Amino acid sequence: MITVSELIQLMLYALALFLLTPPLGKLMAMVFRGERTFLTPALGWLERVAYRVSGIDPDKAMDWKGYLWSLLSFNAFGFAVVFLLQFFQSSLPFNPQQLPDVSWHLAFNTAVSFMTNTNWQSYAGEVTLSYLVQMLGLTVQNFVSAATGIAVLLALVRGIAGRSTGSIGNFWADLTRSIVYLLLPLSIILSLFLVSEGVVQTFSGSRTVTTLEGVQQTIPLGPAASQVAIKQLGTNGGGFFNMNSAYPHENPTPFSNFLQMLSILLIPSALVYMFGAMVNARRHAWVVWGVMFFLFAAGVTLSLWSEYTVNAVTGVGGGMEGKETRFGVANSILWSVATTAASNGSVNSMHDSFSPLSGTVAMMNIMLGEIIFGGVGAGLYGMMIFIILTVFIAGLMVGRTPEYLGKKIESFEVRMAAIAMLLPSAGILLFTALASVADAGLAGLNNQGPHGFSEILYAFASTAGNNGSAFAGLTANTPFYNTLLGINMLIGRFGVIVPMLAIAGSLAQKKITPLSSGTFPTDTFLFGVLLTGTMLIVGALTFIPAQVLGPVAEHFLMLNGKVF
Amino acid sequence: MRTTIMPSVRILIFFTILTGILYPVGITFVALGIFPYQANGSMVERNGRVVGSELIGQGFTGDRYFHPRPSAIAYDPVPSGGSNWGPTDARMADSVAARRDAFIRKNGVPGDVVVPKEMLFASGSGVDPHISPDAALLQMERVAAARGFDTQKSDALKELVMRCIEPPQYALFGEPRINVLSLNLALDALEKGYPPPF
Repeated sequence: MITVSELIQLMLYALALFLLTPPLGKLMAMVFRGERTFLTPALGWLERVAYRVSGIDPDKAMDWKGYLWSLLSFNAFGFAVVFLLQFFQSSLPFNPQQLPDVSWHLAFNTAVSFMTNTNWQSYAGEVTLSYLVQMLGLTVQNFVSAATGIAVLLALVRGIAGRSTGSIGNFWADLTRSIVYLLLPLSIILSLFLVSEGVVQTFSGSRTVTTLEGVQQTIPLGPAASQVAIKQLGTNGGGFFNMNSAYPHENPTPFSNFLQMLSILLIPSALVYMFGAMVNARRHAWVVWGVMFFLFAAGVTLSLWSEYTVNAVTGVGGGMEGKETRFGVANSILWSVATTAASNGSVNSMHDSFSPLSGTVAMMNIMLGEIIFGGVGAGLYGMMIFIILTVFIAGLMVGRTPEYLGKKIESFEVRMAAIAMLLPSAGILLFTALASVADAGLAGLNNQGPHGFSEILYAFASTAGNNGSAFAGLTANTPFYNTLLGINMLIGRFGVIVPMLAIAGSLAQKKITPLSSGTFPTDTFLFGVLLTGTMLIVGALTFIPAQVLGPVAEHFLMLNGKVF
Repeated sequence: MRTTIMPSVRILIFFTILTGILYPVGITFVALGIFPYQANGSMVERNGRVVGSELIGQGFTGDRYFHPRPSAIAYDPVPSGGSNWGPTDARMADSVAARRDAFIRKNGVPGDVVVPKEMLFASGSGVDPHISPDAALLQMERVAAARGFDTQKSDALKELVMRCIEPPQYALFGEPRINVLSLNLALDALEKGYPPPF
């Protein structure tokens, strides 16, 4: 059974998230409008240097195509750098363990993984990647891929708020401001907190010690804290060490665990507030926040109930396989729901060993598109797909052209939203089907029976959703999986970004329609219910069959003590 | 195209320097300056020799020491790892039963005793440094017997175990737990009649 102390920790988490949302959201709204804040005197020069050395005019307005091309070319170069750094790592400095060059397929997978903010780990940090790759490759992409997500959201915000302009802002300015005023300062603060709790931060190579019983133990070290901070804040999730935030040098104490968990949802949650402030629809934003929080709380409840259900196979409820003593059951479950609600994907316990329905909660969070708070930027622009669909359905019901915050939603927007929804879903289901019948796909399984299917399904959900967590028993570092999962990540990222920017551009050209008695209000409880219903119905129709084949079947087999 | 390519390259170089070099290097200098112990891995020394990290568990197997949790990687963290066995994996069912029997047999505790959960399951990291207070208390008699402790020393050992219990952090976060390496270091000191090293 769940303990009182665990309940208090869960409530403390919700409270901290709620209280930090308005102040950070307010600050971000000011920063992204280009207003002066208390950070300007300290960091304004850095923003100006960025523009000067790059030859950028931050005030130059872009239409959606210009914005998209800037984003794509910036991401393409980012990919190339991470790929090449790995491919030639043995010839490059800062490689104290003298690790060899990374294979082409793993380098491709890892480069895509970090460029798309997925941070799927086919690599094992401590035995695959040099410190140089971790810093110049992964840490940099942690920052810029998160900033890219925020930029897309800002473009959408301007599309909604703009008055027949066609401009959706300047990609370079959005990118730069996200990093300079938001991600970098928060990362500096968090990484120092994390070091004080025991996360390592050094350039020395690993250390071999002789234990009390005379055994040799090699302890990997490295500049972990600086990367862990942005990995959480930027909803990236890629670990410095193989076992991510389950590994004590990456997440040493219950308090470091709390800080990291809070960092996962902090910016996504505050972005909802920022959105309300920037489009001047605060009540609507709180309704959206409320829907997110409701689904989050429901996920935590279901997952905890399932995890504490006695497993007839082992005779234990609340089993500790893959969990750490210092976190216990509730903190492991809370993390798993937060990391999959957001597109974070870091783990503090092994999802593969969770009870089946806890695995379902994690997978459904991802499959809905990570819109329960979601990834930085990506969460809210993904939620926009469902908002557009909801408004559209509501419009059909009353027989009027649907409007959203004063902008008419017409066939172009609905078509784009449908594409953004269908592409990642198709990636998940079709690739899962392929891997479930291909020899190369089945070769990677660690578990048999329905759980083996869940391992494959989770991998493709996680990569299409740009999440990065895993049922990690799957051996994914093979040409087959590295390539397919890499392609899936690209579909899941750009298959959503491109249509969303198109929507932003289309909305930006439209006039603001004044409110009338026929306008369907989006700031009411009723809208919240409709939005929740749309998400659940669409998510259910798409993914319940696959869930039934995997975790749901396993749940009932488990209750009957069946093993594989 | 030209208008997007040059800014892409130049701003990527700028952010690579800022977030890939200045940020981690700066944090490293500050961290090593303010928190040198933690930043270097919380290494524990005995008689001037490093015997491990406070945060990385060790795979004690001898009767003279308290034992940690089961580990899928035998406490060799290169790389770290868990079993990733699913809830209906036959290997998990077998292991849990075997570990329960082994714990009861090794520690000579009654067969109906509730073995703490964490001693039946392998951790995620494979180097979990902690066990629950109950798991330590159940191992106490075995350790005392292996070291030939008399009643007085055994009482001192019990006191030591109680002192090693870390309460929830700031009274709120996590569960009560015991660091196995710290406990075993204190245990060695106790046998030699030294004060505990904390």
